[in-house]
Amino acid sequence: MDKVNIKINGIPLEVPAGITILEAAKMAHIDIPTLCFLKEINEIGACRICVVEVKGARSLVASCVYPVSDGMEIRTDSPKILASRKKTLELILSDHDRKCLSCVRSGHCELQKLCKDLGIDDETIYAGERNHYEPDDSSPHMVRDNNKCILCRRCSAVCDHVQGIGVIGANERGFKTNIGCAFDMDLGETSCVSCGQCIAVCPTGALYEKDYTNEVFAAINDPDKYVIVQTAPAVRAALGEAFGLPIGTNVQGKMVAALRRLGFDKVFDTDFAADLTIMEEAHELIDRLQSGGTLPLITSCSPGWIKFCEHYYPDLLDNLSSCKSPQQMFGAVTKTYYAKKMGLDPKNIVMVSVMPCTAKKFEITRDHQNAAGVPDVDIAITTRELARMIERVGINFLALPDEEFDDPLGRSTGAAVIFGATGGVMEAALRTAVETLTGEELPDPVFSEVRGTAGIKTATYNVAGMDINVAVASGLGNARKLLDEIKEGNSPYHFIEIMACPGGCVNGGGQPQQPASVRNSVDIRALRAKALYDQDTAMKIRKSHENPAVRQLYEEFLEAPGSHVAHEILHTSYVKRAVNPY
Amino acid sequence: MYRSHVLVCGGSGCTSAGAPKILEVLNKEIAKAGIKNEVSVVETGCHGLCDYAPIVVVYPGPTFYSKVRPEDIPEIVNEHLVNGQVVSRLVHNAEITDEGIKSINETDFYKKQYRIALRNCGIINPENIEEYIATGGYEALGRVLTQYTPEQVIQIIIDSGLRGRGGGGFPTGIKWKLARANDADQKYVCCNADEGDPGAFMDRSVLEGDPHVVLEAMTIAGYAIGASQGYIYIRAEYPLAVERLNKAIAQAREYGLLGKDIFGTGFNFDIELRLGAGAFVCGEETALMTSIEGNRGEPRPRPPFPAQKGLFQKPTLLNNVETYANIPQIILNGPEWFSSMGTEKSKGTKVFALGGKIRNTGLVEIPMGTTLREVVEDIGGGIPNNKKFKAAQTGGPSGGCIPASKYDIPIDYDNLVGIGSMMGSGGLIVMDEDNCMVDIAKFFLEFTVDESCGKCTPCRVGTKRLYEILDKITKGNGTMEDLDKLEELCVYIKENALCGLGQSAPNPVLSTLRYFRDEYIAHVKDKKCPAAVCKALLSYVIDPNACRGCTLCARSCPNNAISGKVKEAHVIDQDKCVKCGVCKEKCRFGAILIR
Repeated sequence: MDKVNIKINGIPLEVPAGITILEAAKMAHIDIPTLCFLKEINEIGACRICVVEVKGARSLVASCVYPVSDGMEIRTDSPKILASRKKTLELILSDHDRKCLSCVRSGHCELQKLCKDLGIDDETIYAGERNHYEPDDSSPHMVRDNNKCILCRRCSAVCDHVQGIGVIGANERGFKTNIGCAFDMDLGETSCVSCGQCIAVCPTGALYEKDYTNEVFAAINDPDKYVIVQTAPAVRAALGEAFGLPIGTNVQGKMVAALRRLGFDKVFDTDFAADLTIMEEAHELIDRLQSGGTLPLITSCSPGWIKFCEHYYPDLLDNLSSCKSPQQMFGAVTKTYYAKKMGLDPKNIVMVSVMPCTAKKFEITRDHQNAAGVPDVDIAITTRELARMIERVGINFLALPDEEFDDPLGRSTGAAVIFGATGGVMEAALRTAVETLTGEELPDPVFSEVRGTAGIKTATYNVAGMDINVAVASGLGNARKLLDEIKEGNSPYHFIEIMACPGGCVNGGGQPQQPASVRNSVDIRALRAKALYDQDTAMKIRKSHENPAVRQLYEEFLEAPGSHVAHEILHTSYVKRAVNPY
Repeated sequence: MYRSHVLVCGGSGCTSAGAPKILEVLNKEIAKAGIKNEVSVVETGCHGLCDYAPIVVVYPGPTFYSKVRPEDIPEIVNEHLVNGQVVSRLVHNAEITDEGIKSINETDFYKKQYRIALRNCGIINPENIEEYIATGGYEALGRVLTQYTPEQVIQIIIDSGLRGRGGGGFPTGIKWKLARANDADQKYVCCNADEGDPGAFMDRSVLEGDPHVVLEAMTIAGYAIGASQGYIYIRAEYPLAVERLNKAIAQAREYGLLGKDIFGTGFNFDIELRLGAGAFVCGEETALMTSIEGNRGEPRPRPPFPAQKGLFQKPTLLNNVETYANIPQIILNGPEWFSSMGTEKSKGTKVFALGGKIRNTGLVEIPMGTTLREVVEDIGGGIPNNKKFKAAQTGGPSGGCIPASKYDIPIDYDNLVGIGSMMGSGGLIVMDEDNCMVDIAKFFLEFTVDESCGKCTPCRVGTKRLYEILDKITKGNGTMEDLDKLEELCVYIKENALCGLGQSAPNPVLSTLRYFRDEYIAHVKDKKCPAAVCKALLSYVIDPNACRGCTLCARSCPNNAISGKVKEAHVIDQDKCVKCGVCKEKCRFGAILIR
């Protein structure tokens, strides 16, 4: 690669040609503050926080998008620069609802941190007219509060460029500019898929999930209710971040201990239902392969993906697996099989799920998700909400011992825990499908071709004399490419895994938010995924069909994968939805 | 062959002043007089003297009739066209001298002009390609395609010294060279016809009066940089220009001057229109391209520059209408001809739209280096009502105010920047002693606040706060610290805004602070508006000695603020007065004073 010689704050430096001043400064151990910048997602130079002086340039330049060139002399720390950044921040604050004390992001807000870093000493210096907005709480999963919005455009960038949806964007102009839906529609009226990626990238408290922690506390404190909690695989890979642990720390044991101390009657693992999903989905795949059913079969674990398919690819609904998601299977089994076994009235069971996902809040409201005549799942909270609950009751999370999930619905396999990473469902399904088709034990359960954070991964496996072509996509923009192939009739695949969020559930919209400074420098998806793959490697049982609790469930209740009763309890249907606004 | 040609101005000014009716009556009367085969009636583009619309010019002569009404037409037809007698009462009065009627071209308005970009405006029928061809149209394109290499074309433009007429003044030839230098499977030539400065209408006049010159120049540019597709980005508020461009494009295609294998040389080039929705920021080059791409018109950071990654991420050349309008003449007459006009670093001519406190409101094209005084006093006819010149604003909301002390500065790019203004696209608004400069700064800033796209913080919030400080000052609530804050914020916005719109937004404030600081201080310290414009700072009072007690003011006051008995001096209740000025207008005795 070509190199250029530049000077940053007088320090001579040789850096690759074409990189930005921001990147070059990092090499000189200078962290230029940024606000709107999100690497590869939002590179628009809009907020002007990252300005630097370039000798000979007409004005200050935005270092996040300005490329270095040979002989360039840059200053990142002059009095003019520091004053400019401060003024930019003061102007942002002049139209910001500065109710930090009651803000959901207080303490880990990027704007707050910038104020501290840049030495804001009077947030009212440019006080003037303020914009006032009604918060939009029309959608099932989140609230948009434009009073806290600083117009960095990260949310609309991720919605449009990464997810390929674009239901939010800038409306009006000038001082009245605000982020909203076309024609000022409420978010709930649009074909938003509830993925929550906008929340994940928001630097402030403008976007947040609908908080149900009070409802959970109320259920726990209700003596008539039997409150059961299930936790999704990806939660354990990220919850620790909320308590200052390094990204990628697996806190399963402490999480279980914390849930028990919060007062849940049973602490179960969604992983159990992930194994169950594999039993049903692998059976469905084999059935479709052998009986000439609709192919490719596409996974159905990700409710954001399901909603996306219903809105944008309604013609492909037959390709979807009819399996409920693990969250819903878990609720269904709990309120039927487990309730019966334990002599509980399903009406008195409160099923709480802890999810890395905001779309799960939408999913629990779907039709045909009530195997016991009551909703399969009552309350879905995010990893962030769980962290808030732990903080609220004063549990010293870091000091907790490691504890085990309760039996029997807390038992799972390595195949289940990798559900949280893109490719994990595919790999888990392959482990079971291959052994079922060949009747032989796999020498190595690892399918490395479908691992990793690439947006689209493909592989071909020869199983029992048949080539099975598989593809894995995460991020809905990537999914579109595979779906368009199917629509055009030239998809070579038999089985496709799609996760709405880039990197899969580990990077879900409900996970602890990492600031742009972190997101821009490390791949949080890979670090969190590694925690799950490491757990899989360490487990004795790594294939879903070997889960003894799942076997017992079939023996005692479900008969066999794909049986009539299994269909009644574990499968669902989909609806065609319009694209709105079109 | 016709013995006489009657040109009726079809520019927007004359059209709104009734030119279509004139045209209709004229055709009817000519038919009635039985001279249909002898006289040709032509609807032309703008003549520039918009204050005297509608305009009818009769050749041979030419005889220049201004402010013509439909009922004047029978007289023009019968006296002038049939009997050969000029109707002197309708002749534009500047032409009438002691020695008789002089040619329109000898009047002060036209004498000091030199028309390159506007050469065909008001002369040819813009809807007829043959009239354009008859005046040398498409000859430059033919010459370029058959005799010059692209590099030679670019060298001619470089040698001419032509600079961008849209505002920035970047050397046009260099821009072409940069666009040529980048290899790509597809390149684009774009024309910026998103004229948005308040009071500027030179591009509209070129497009309405001579649309083919832009098509020809863009095709030449396409050949020079290696592009096969052109886009004209024009605001939808210019329906007449859009209509004429569409007709011109259709005709050019029909004549093989656009499309495949132009002049049989194998060169392909075509042009399409893209209509803008009237956002000022879409005149900024990157926002314009973003808008053509179908997205919200917002600027994007540079680099990459359009010559590297422009429209649809392909190398793109963007010039404005007036820049293109110079190209064919430079090709035909040579770069030396062009560079012989103007100043050292600003060659050729510049079109200005004269507006504000000036007699000859309209469009003029002057050689670079003409002084502001010549433009205002000679060409513009001076300031009406014996008022004194106070300042002129060039460059629209991005420009600055030029004070009377700089009246004799030769107008060129660098001089204007040197005194805190800019050429801009060529709006020139004249102000007299009745204009308050703080109010003027506020006016232009309000425009920018409205038109900011809202993408970057300095422009979105900064200009709003600037406006609020100015508003505070004009309401008499400003402090001296506010003046410092104002200046500091101006400098900050200039240095930090993302695009040229934001970077230049503070110019009207900075230039008025520079030249008219006293007026700001009067507002802040004395709570007075010296020009008596800022309503909050003035009061209407009745001079008891002059008041005759006629009661007219009291009866006219919309807020019943005036009381008094008949034949006794009246009084204005200051708490009730809304300062609308109706009483002062109505008073026949000059008894109402502004303090």
